[in-house]
Amino acid sequence: MALVQIENVSKIYQTGDIEIAALSEINLSIEKSAFVSFVGPSGSGKTTMLNLIGCLDKPTRGKILVDGRQVDSFNRQKKAAFRGDVIGFIFQSFNLFPVLTAFENIEYPLVMIKNEPAKKRKEMILNVLDSVHMLDQKDKFPDQLSGGQKQRVAVARALVTQPKLVLADEPTANLDKKSSINVIRLMRDMKDKFDTTFIFSTHDPRIMEEAEITYTLDDGKLS
Amino acid sequence: MIRIFKMALRNLLRYKRRTILTSILITFGIVLVILFSGLAGSFKTMMIGLITDSNLAQMQIHKKGYVSSIDTMPLNLTLNKKQYKKIEQLLSGHKDVSAWAPRIKLNAMLSNFIDTTNIRLNAISPEKEILVCPDVGSRMTFDKKRDPGILLNPGEVIIPEKLAKGMKIKIGDPIVLVANNQDGSVNGLNFKIAGITQTIMGPQGKEGYMHIKDAQKLLRMDKPEVIEVAVRVHDFNKLQKVYEDLSSKLAGFINNKGKPQFEIHTWEKLSPFSNIAKMIDFMMITMKIIMIAIVLISILNVMMMSVYERVREIGTMAAIGTSPTRIMSLFLSEGLILGLISTIAGNIIGLSGLFILNIYNISIAFGRMDNIVLSPSVNLIELLWVSCIVLLISVFASFQPAYKASKMEPVDALGHV
Repeated sequence: MALVQIENVSKIYQTGDIEIAALSEINLSIEKSAFVSFVGPSGSGKTTMLNLIGCLDKPTRGKILVDGRQVDSFNRQKKAAFRGDVIGFIFQSFNLFPVLTAFENIEYPLVMIKNEPAKKRKEMILNVLDSVHMLDQKDKFPDQLSGGQKQRVAVARALVTQPKLVLADEPTANLDKKSSINVIRLMRDMKDKFDTTFIFSTHDPRIMEEAEITYTLDDGKLS
Repeated sequence: MIRIFKMALRNLLRYKRRTILTSILITFGIVLVILFSGLAGSFKTMMIGLITDSNLAQMQIHKKGYVSSIDTMPLNLTLNKKQYKKIEQLLSGHKDVSAWAPRIKLNAMLSNFIDTTNIRLNAISPEKEILVCPDVGSRMTFDKKRDPGILLNPGEVIIPEKLAKGMKIKIGDPIVLVANNQDGSVNGLNFKIAGITQTIMGPQGKEGYMHIKDAQKLLRMDKPEVIEVAVRVHDFNKLQKVYEDLSSKLAGFINNKGKPQFEIHTWEKLSPFSNIAKMIDFMMITMKIIMIAIVLISILNVMMMSVYERVREIGTMAAIGTSPTRIMSLFLSEGLILGLISTIAGNIIGLSGLFILNIYNISIAFGRMDNIVLSPSVNLIELLWVSCIVLLISVFASFQPAYKASKMEPVDALGHV
């Protein structure tokens, strides 16, 4: 059974009297442990697609199943709980909490969402920090880290809860060429190590090459 | 919860200047309330103590109708021996009454054989009066050789200082008191000045003192009569309750015409200072309302700014699965911590201020009383009350911004620029 199943999904934004179709009649399925990228120019619907899969937004039409559950019918509380349980997020601007150290940023979902006991928490964080090669930077605050290091911490934060699915919206957009390649390879290594499905969006051709499956979006349609 | 507080505290420290300024503002409000409560409250307590413990007593019982004509000190509204016994019986059986004392109030002419003036006199039974007004002797000056425990002996009077000064009368000087009794006949007796009393505010603040037996003799009372019975209770905080109880019991004593024989009043009905006390209470409430407004506006403002500045951060929290309740509790914690820090600072500075004021012995003049030394203090319950109000208002003020944060749609918040 596919981890992500998208059936006839459309997303239409209403701006005054004008309707803008961000996604039109999308059908696709993504298997477990896949390393998938959505590519396309700006405004093609990549972010909308990730938002819908990540239960951050609702489709106007169609059905979305993640891990066998129809997520488009969830209420606010259920969506938040589902995201905490099943999905990890990596953001373009890293979105680390500036008042927390690298260690505490990774610890955040374990404390605030999972309520893991302290001993187990520490073990999980050190494990994931080691995997992203950031153990020696664990006590630094985000503003003391480089862009690449921040995104490594963000990858660790997304993985620490051992989600089935990690969504990364343009994870390399704010990184230089070398850091971009390093981060995307790190994501692929993590996918192998933790057996997690990675779905990311990009418009960088060098990054696209790293994906196992690439979906191209153009004007809200799969091409 | 500790993690939430830790994160909330760090978020507050993230905007140091804003947090410090807001905290200073709230601290200032708390300090203002503590200092004002300390000064005004101690002034009020001291004045009430002065009035009730050295002059008026906490309650007074009279024959019905006396207080409405108290200015003329009528001698026809007296309590006879039988009536006084009834009152004594009632008071002795009441567990909350600690003491009572009979008094006679009279107007007299005082002569030092050179000048003559009128004087209002409070004729007392010294040993009972000391139990009802334990500080009565503290505002009197006696001969140094005299035992300070003895207020008055028969044949002695204590006169107000203004009168003594005006007529150049000293302790030990002989004087004559002349008074009309209730039938209009005049009588005069020789007395010796035993002491001089300070003037305090209120209807009985400018009275002299004489022994009750002398007054009965001067007024030619064939049988012992009294004008008022001063009453003291064990616990001043229960005064109103005891008053209501005694009032209802005294109402049971009916005269031949079927009307009540007695009336009872607390010091509040007898002294104009009760109105000033009410004004002080009103001002203290006003200060607290100002403080609440300061806390409410400043915390609401700082928390709203905090939410607007951290929309993307809130979006991240929500996106990675933080429940709306957790997001709300984070912002509520920020407000609470800001209030808590300000409360602690306000209490420390306010109490230090009171301590300093106590060191410098601030004195004021009030009415005809000079050099009233204030010893400002604030009780623990008042302090706790103020602190709890600030903390509650801090949380209340944070509620709307926190609610707004918790209701943000992650997709909108993440896209916020």
